[in-house]
Amino acid sequence: MKTRLPRKRKVHLRIRVNGETHEVAFAPHKTLLEVLREDMGLTGTKHGCELGECGTCTVLIDGEPQLSCLVLGLECEGMDIITVEGLADGPQPHPLQQSFAELGAAQCGYCTPGILLASKALLDEDPNPPRDRIREALSGNLCRCTGYIKIYEAVELAARRLKDPKAEPSREILRGYEV
Amino acid sequence: MAGSGENKTAMMRLSKFKYLAPRSVNDAAKMLADAGPTASVVAGGTDLYPNMKRRHQTPKTLIGLRRVEGMRGVSGTPEGGLRIGPMTTLTALERNATVKAAHPGLWKAVHSISTPILRNMGTLGGNICLDTRCNYYDQNYEWRRAINFCMKCDGDTCWVAPGSKVCLAVSSSDTAPLLCAIGARLHLVSATGEREIAAHELYRRDGIHFLSKRPDELLTEIVLPATNGWRSTYRKLRRREAFDFPVLGVGAWASFDGPVVKEARIFLGAVSPAPVEAAEAAKSLVGTRLEPDAVARASDLAYGPAKPVDNTDFLTRWRKEMTKVYVKGALEDLRGS
Repeated sequence: MKTRLPRKRKVHLRIRVNGETHEVAFAPHKTLLEVLREDMGLTGTKHGCELGECGTCTVLIDGEPQLSCLVLGLECEGMDIITVEGLADGPQPHPLQQSFAELGAAQCGYCTPGILLASKALLDEDPNPPRDRIREALSGNLCRCTGYIKIYEAVELAARRLKDPKAEPSREILRGYEV
Repeated sequence: MAGSGENKTAMMRLSKFKYLAPRSVNDAAKMLADAGPTASVVAGGTDLYPNMKRRHQTPKTLIGLRRVEGMRGVSGTPEGGLRIGPMTTLTALERNATVKAAHPGLWKAVHSISTPILRNMGTLGGNICLDTRCNYYDQNYEWRRAINFCMKCDGDTCWVAPGSKVCLAVSSSDTAPLLCAIGARLHLVSATGEREIAAHELYRRDGIHFLSKRPDELLTEIVLPATNGWRSTYRKLRRREAFDFPVLGVGAWASFDGPVVKEARIFLGAVSPAPVEAAEAAKSLVGTRLEPDAVARASDLAYGPAKPVDNTDFLTRWRKEMTKVYVKGALEDLRGS
């Protein structure tokens, strides 16, 4: 005899997202990505490959970048989750968001939420990362538009701005290199 | 919009399951025995969940190990033999200074696995038990249905070698060849008892039944051999240096009497459903000082046992040819370190 689970049975959990505790009811087989997008209306986290290959669904779980498409929602009880919606400080964008916008580090923008969060985790750990470290930290986030150079430059600018809010991008970054 | 979009969005979703979260190894083993063969344990989920989304595996019961006590972390000393909990994330291993200093071979293998984000999630136990991979298998359900499925899942034919009686899906773990080469031991626990086996005994040359571990057994500990002057290394060939499964992996180990090789072991990954021992090649190194001639001879001998088939990236012949190059590189690592 096949036993069938009732279709509508949901789990009720408390999840801490962007500093606020939410009570959410969702189907137990949902991934954190589905819970965020469909049950909490937080669509800033994008769904791409859904198989752990592209990185656009990256969120921070207890400060570590993880792929929300491969984490069960019900395993997130009691964990601290940060999504792209939680990056800004009220109306003030995070320095990463500011420098990504200024330097054209987002083109189609689909990979941007994941890259912002992976970059934030990196800067939280290493406020002054060399280019190689940035490259490695973002190696799991696919971007098919920018060619990554602008992304690396934006992360470097954000790193400087986190220490000195008045830091400006170099002339070469804005105008190109003279040859 | 909350709660409404779910049926309209084109999205691969997990198959339905009952979720259990044991707190102890004994509870987990009991749950696994009670739930029978339709149950699956899940560690980091980075291998199982994609497979569930593509309907390769549809476990009715999922036993999540993340809350089990005592399955995480590194204990012991290198000289006495480090013991690693299978739920230790690959990132935690990579950042463990003792592991890095005492087991550079393992560190290299771990560091080469996928990406930093996935290493935050994936575990050593998960990588050891990684599902075998194949171009005809690692596809979504609709793709596989279009070719009438394959032997490994839902079908009868092996599309790589239609005459083959066994599935040829490839062992794609980076830690497996290294752990086999250094002679790590694995501790398995079930509701009826426990046993310890050598890492190479875990693997079988059958892409479907690729682990000798019984379905009711749980991997609970990885025991590394005591360090006493032996050296190990890992070399990996892949398409993208940033992020890829291996299309060839070389785990190499040697113990020394002064500068002279006393004993050696070489295991090749990603050329068969199980890590393959290049025994002749390793034997030819005994008594040498890993001088260029000896390395070249051993690299040639390792070419024989490497029998890749056309089910991953790159041309098969080139992958086989690369065995010589990568074994040579690994042996030079052993000489140089």
